[in-house]
Amino acid sequence: MNEELKYLLGLTAKRKFSRRAFLGRAATMGMSAAVANTMLAGAVRAEGPKKGGVLRLGLGGGAGTDTLDPALAAGHVPFHLTRQFGETLVNVTPSGEIEYRLAESIDSSSDASTWYFRIRKGVEFHHGKTLTAEDALKTLQRHSDKSSQSQAVGLMMDIVSMRADGDVVEIALSAPNADFAYLMAERMLVIQAGGGFGNPADGNGTGPYKVVEAAPGVRYLTEKFANYWDEGSGHFDQVETLVINDATARNSALQSGQVHMINGVDPKLVEFLGRSPGVQIKNVSGRGHYVFPMFCNTAPFDNNDLRMALKYAINRQEMVDKILRGFGSIGNDIPINASYPLFDHTIEQREYDPERAAFHYKASGHDGSLIVLHTSGVAFPGAVEASQLFQQSAVAAGIPLEIKREPGDGYWSDVWNVKPFVASFWAGRPVQDQMYSTAYLSNAPYNDTRFHNETFDSLIVQAKGEIDPAKRKSLYGEAARILRDEGGLICPMFNDFIDAHSDKVAGWQDNPNNEMMNGFAATKCWFA
Amino acid sequence: MSNPVLILVAQRVALGLLLLLAVSVLIFTGTQLLPGDVAQAILGQSATPQALANIRESLGLNDPAHVRYFRWLSGILQGDLGTALTNGQDIATALSQRLRNTLFLAFWAAAISVPSAILLGLIAARYEGRWPDKLISGATLATISLPEFVVGYIVMFLLAVKFRWFASVSIIHPGMDFLERLNAIILPVIVLVLVVLAHMMRMTRATILNVMQSAYIETAEMKGLRPFTIVLLHAFPNAIAPVVNVVMLNLAYLVVGVVVVEVVFVYPGMGQYLVDHVAKRDLPVVQISGLIFASVYIGLNILADVISIMANPRLRHPK
Repeated sequence: MNEELKYLLGLTAKRKFSRRAFLGRAATMGMSAAVANTMLAGAVRAEGPKKGGVLRLGLGGGAGTDTLDPALAAGHVPFHLTRQFGETLVNVTPSGEIEYRLAESIDSSSDASTWYFRIRKGVEFHHGKTLTAEDALKTLQRHSDKSSQSQAVGLMMDIVSMRADGDVVEIALSAPNADFAYLMAERMLVIQAGGGFGNPADGNGTGPYKVVEAAPGVRYLTEKFANYWDEGSGHFDQVETLVINDATARNSALQSGQVHMINGVDPKLVEFLGRSPGVQIKNVSGRGHYVFPMFCNTAPFDNNDLRMALKYAINRQEMVDKILRGFGSIGNDIPINASYPLFDHTIEQREYDPERAAFHYKASGHDGSLIVLHTSGVAFPGAVEASQLFQQSAVAAGIPLEIKREPGDGYWSDVWNVKPFVASFWAGRPVQDQMYSTAYLSNAPYNDTRFHNETFDSLIVQAKGEIDPAKRKSLYGEAARILRDEGGLICPMFNDFIDAHSDKVAGWQDNPNNEMMNGFAATKCWFA
Repeated sequence: MSNPVLILVAQRVALGLLLLLAVSVLIFTGTQLLPGDVAQAILGQSATPQALANIRESLGLNDPAHVRYFRWLSGILQGDLGTALTNGQDIATALSQRLRNTLFLAFWAAAISVPSAILLGLIAARYEGRWPDKLISGATLATISLPEFVVGYIVMFLLAVKFRWFASVSIIHPGMDFLERLNAIILPVIVLVLVVLAHMMRMTRATILNVMQSAYIETAEMKGLRPFTIVLLHAFPNAIAPVVNVVMLNLAYLVVGVVVVEVVFVYPGMGQYLVDHVAKRDLPVVQISGLIFASVYIGLNILADVISIMANPRLRHPK
């Protein structure tokens, strides 16, 4: 890099030179915008965080029905709030490693069936109490109790017993699980004082910001917690979270400078938004994916040739281009992609192939009656259009695919996981085991493809207890091939998370785990 | 002497209350027909049968429908609206905040739109067929023909994004003072005024023109009165009844029908509150919101009736 550019980079990072002008200068020196942007982000981070200011977030995915109880924090906005006021034992870093938070170290027995979490000392709850192992234990008990309303209940099924011993929480599992620490990063498992048994929605966590005002579906205000333990998080004085569910209204709020960050930028509007001055688009490929699950035990989908015919009859690239506008990548009929640790890159990519689709369709001996795909706009953004594209490409292969539009209201209770062939989405999980055991094992709580395969089950269970990464990788690869060729999942695409922030914000780091830096945008960024 | 009017009003109010009771049954039945339930909606896609059963049990969703109806109705009659099933918030507190916001927005939209609609209607009638009439009618017809969200986005793009005169997000909260609130709602008020203006304006114009055909207007003209005086003092009093009805209809719309505008400008009113709770099957909130909306409609209609009676000497002094 030449001296002039280096000089300008320093100035820009200190905000004495405009970002736009810097990018323009870099371009005249033959540097691509992407490279220049990355360089700039690095330089800004190297400058170090600045403290202070009021951050305004404009977030979609909130409702008047939301609560601060982490056990029920289902939507985007409650998720971001739990990140502000609370913390989990560990986090998953952008590169997929475990970062210690309220646990200061983790140990496990050699077979990964007993786990020891040493709780960090000197951490204080907002209401004044000091964090103990007892709080962590009670929290986990609240989420694993059989009578619990927590969404994490399913994740905690393997826990046999838990106890607190001094600073350590000891957890015994019914079967070895090398990935168990990742479960403790689940967003619901925010450690609460006394486990949150009394008033779980009181917002009394150990996070960098404490809740000042909470008006569900409208606005939240949090402010810096003076006794927060970690210098590296929580740089703003206050964070105001505005619930803006309309995508166009979110864009306008960012463009007009009313908010500094927004989530869920509509792919159709990205280009338009990116042209406005002072706005940066942040898209990162994640683990979320859009799917068409089929019931493997219900006619006509109980015939693997018919399932294969439909898998070959979908045009994945076309969907990425038209539905995601290029903000995503093609899927391969498994719920796993390269953003997962231990992903097997050698699995052959399935492409649109009308001839092979026709071949399998004929081999299935299907009687020619209409194959009905149930879809709705709420299944994922652009689901109806994606279903229509699927129909067109299937009909071109001679498969009589029919679309039935269902009302969005009640879709998740009456259509998804009820009808045998539907449109749906998955948000993805931090590790492969969690994704497979959530929806693809025979006894999975959300087996929305009714997939029952003993070989597959045993491979996943074996991989779960395997400590050697190379062996685990090959076990996962084998399991993925079975699911790809025999399963009921049609996965045409993985969608990017698309967020945007104003030039005033610095410190942004892409994170594939979830939108808005996995929810840490408000705690890890700062005003430049 | 005022007895007949009092009796008429009392009758209207009694009928209104009866109607409200019938509406409460309708609302309750309607909400029972919705697919899915609150437990499913709270947990969404990641619900396990165990977690579902736990929530249903703790919320008392397993009782028969009529038991829940009477429990709900008696609660309301005692002023106890209960708590929201989804987040345990006290409904009365949350609702009154939202209702105040809705009324605040509706009041300012009405305060601007009603007088201007009537004035524009009078002007249009006075200059019937000439350029002021054509201009007013054309402009208002254009704004009423566009869907609200289009008007909203256009206004937002021009006034908030392009020129940055006003805020595009109209969130108001208890920490704001009166002027800040007023400033926050400017854009939604503009949109609502544009949307409701045409209807009231055209009704005023049409009724006045109708009255202008009468013989007594001709008399007034022959007395040599100024045209605008004739329109205002002679024709308008006889046009009040139909105009009031349309005005009330639009006022009711401003209270119960503005959810689209609320979404576009992120205004924390009743509409968005209701929609959120319908989506989550939080029935106590849906039912009480429905009941409030019904009371607004019924109440404003009673008011319109009463004003029509007062404005009509034949009804005021029946033989």
